[in-house]
Amino acid sequence: MKRFIVVRLAQAALTLWLLSLAVFLSVHLTGDPAAYLLGPELGSQEYEQLKKNLGLDRPLIVQYGDFMWGLTHLDFGRSAVKGIPARDLLLQRLPATLELALSAFVLSIIVGVPIGILSAVKRDTIFDHFGKLFAVVGIAAPSFWVAIMGILLFGAILGWLPTFGRGGLDHLILPACVLGWASMAGMVRLARSSMLEVLDSEYVKFARIKGLKESLVIWKHALKNAVIPVLTFGGLTLAGLLNGSVAIEVVFAWPGIGRLMLTGIQTRDFPIVQATVLAAGFFYIVTALIVDILYAYVNPRIRYD
Amino acid sequence: MASDTALKPDKRLTPKLAITKAINLKLPWISLTIVSFILLCACLAPIMAQHNPERINMADRRIAPFETVEHPLGTDVMGRDMASRMVYGARTTVFISLVALATGAFVGSILGMIAGYKGGWSDILIMRVSDAALGFPTVLVAMIIVTLLGAGMGNIVLAVVITVWARFARMIRGDVLAIKEYDFVTSAKIAGVSTPMIIARHIFPNTVNTLMVITSLQVGQVILLEASLSFLGLGLPPGAPAWGIMVSEGRTVILEVWWLALFPGLAITIVVLAFNFFGDWLRDTLDPKLRRA
Repeated sequence: MKRFIVVRLAQAALTLWLLSLAVFLSVHLTGDPAAYLLGPELGSQEYEQLKKNLGLDRPLIVQYGDFMWGLTHLDFGRSAVKGIPARDLLLQRLPATLELALSAFVLSIIVGVPIGILSAVKRDTIFDHFGKLFAVVGIAAPSFWVAIMGILLFGAILGWLPTFGRGGLDHLILPACVLGWASMAGMVRLARSSMLEVLDSEYVKFARIKGLKESLVIWKHALKNAVIPVLTFGGLTLAGLLNGSVAIEVVFAWPGIGRLMLTGIQTRDFPIVQATVLAAGFFYIVTALIVDILYAYVNPRIRYD
Repeated sequence: MASDTALKPDKRLTPKLAITKAINLKLPWISLTIVSFILLCACLAPIMAQHNPERINMADRRIAPFETVEHPLGTDVMGRDMASRMVYGARTTVFISLVALATGAFVGSILGMIAGYKGGWSDILIMRVSDAALGFPTVLVAMIIVTLLGAGMGNIVLAVVITVWARFARMIRGDVLAIKEYDFVTSAKIAGVSTPMIIARHIFPNTVNTLMVITSLQVGQVILLEASLSFLGLGLPPGAPAWGIMVSEGRTVILEVWWLALFPGLAITIVVLAFNFFGDWLRDTLDPKLRRA
């Protein structure tokens, strides 16, 4: 187990390093940040000056050293547009994104897992078909469109919920539901197939042969084992939620990292782009690492793969 | 040989037999119909569309759907015909997905075959890079690429390829690891066949099933990715007929002109559903062992 953790840690570190290298190179090789900031109309003297100020006149390798040194104490540089450190902006926006992602994640578990389990238990009934439909549509419908339709229905027509900005719990409901639906769909599928597999296993058959009540077989014997893979793999959904949150944050005017990233990209504010992208990548890689280790802990067979 | 002749009449493909065979395959008819319809729209867009999808006509703006024969799905805030834009949107979607997936599949399979067959350092390198590519939210990768290189069809395709190749590389590598242990590969090696030839003639044909299954399962994802990028304004220029852009245009006026966002979003959902069902069917038919993957 120790060896597995060490190997996975090293892999995660390597992946993170590759990501930072990709971010650095994509900013510095695909274009000239100084030229982006100034636009074409400014003189060459100002251009040279800005280059010097940003440290872009030094050799690439020195700049890379600087970049990496900055990363070790979370210094991503100063936002060129807003004039404050990108780290401060990032930390300011982080809680909103975490709030949204975590609520969506919790929703997807408390709604998705029971639906999946019930679908498996009541296999091939109307309930099962409904559960499957709920899942496949959730995966296929683009979340930004579901968000807009949600605003139209619950905000405008029914007037039940506020449709933009961050505030109390009522502001959170619609974005969290929309963001959660897609991952909920994944949970339903996973819980269903996992439960079906367990229900087909020897020990469940044995429990039935023993004459245990069906409800006891399902809720006591089968459920425990069916939920394990769901919860561990569920962690990956949490990491993937960041993927969907950009569009959701835009539609609901949610002041999170996704929107910060998009504005950073639109205004070519490279420190912001670097900070948000690296934060998102870090979040994803660390979650995946924890899920892997948890899974290996639960299921010893995969440890030395 | 008597049994052989006895079997022969059965093997001839009569229309009746063809129908039975088709029924036995349990073809996903609804999905197939939708997919064919979309492909038809994409190919015949100039013929099927009544109007130029980008022609602005302020006199006819905001016509509601199902009111006029001239504009069956209504018009948008600039008087452009929705039905024509939908048809051309199908063309955009199909074109981008097709080119991006084909390129991603090509690059991914080649790298996957190299990693699986050669092993060693190339394997480690390719797998770690694919980890990095997979271990990162696809929309974000795409956003970075489109920003740095500018919007446009070519860069959307590039963005999709970069996020999609790793899946192919992983699965194909797994296949190759198993295939290269077979006796026919060893025999070819002993016979002195060159490595590229072994890969092309003996390894690749055995990965085709996997390739087809992953491709069909990825189509839906790619369509959604392209739509998200278009929606965020990182894809084609504003006003271009792409479903994601149309949803985004409808977003600000959703209260008055609800059909602008409704139809393209619905189209994306239905098409992705159709491709996903088709992919599931293809996987169950060709490669049941992938079912849990």
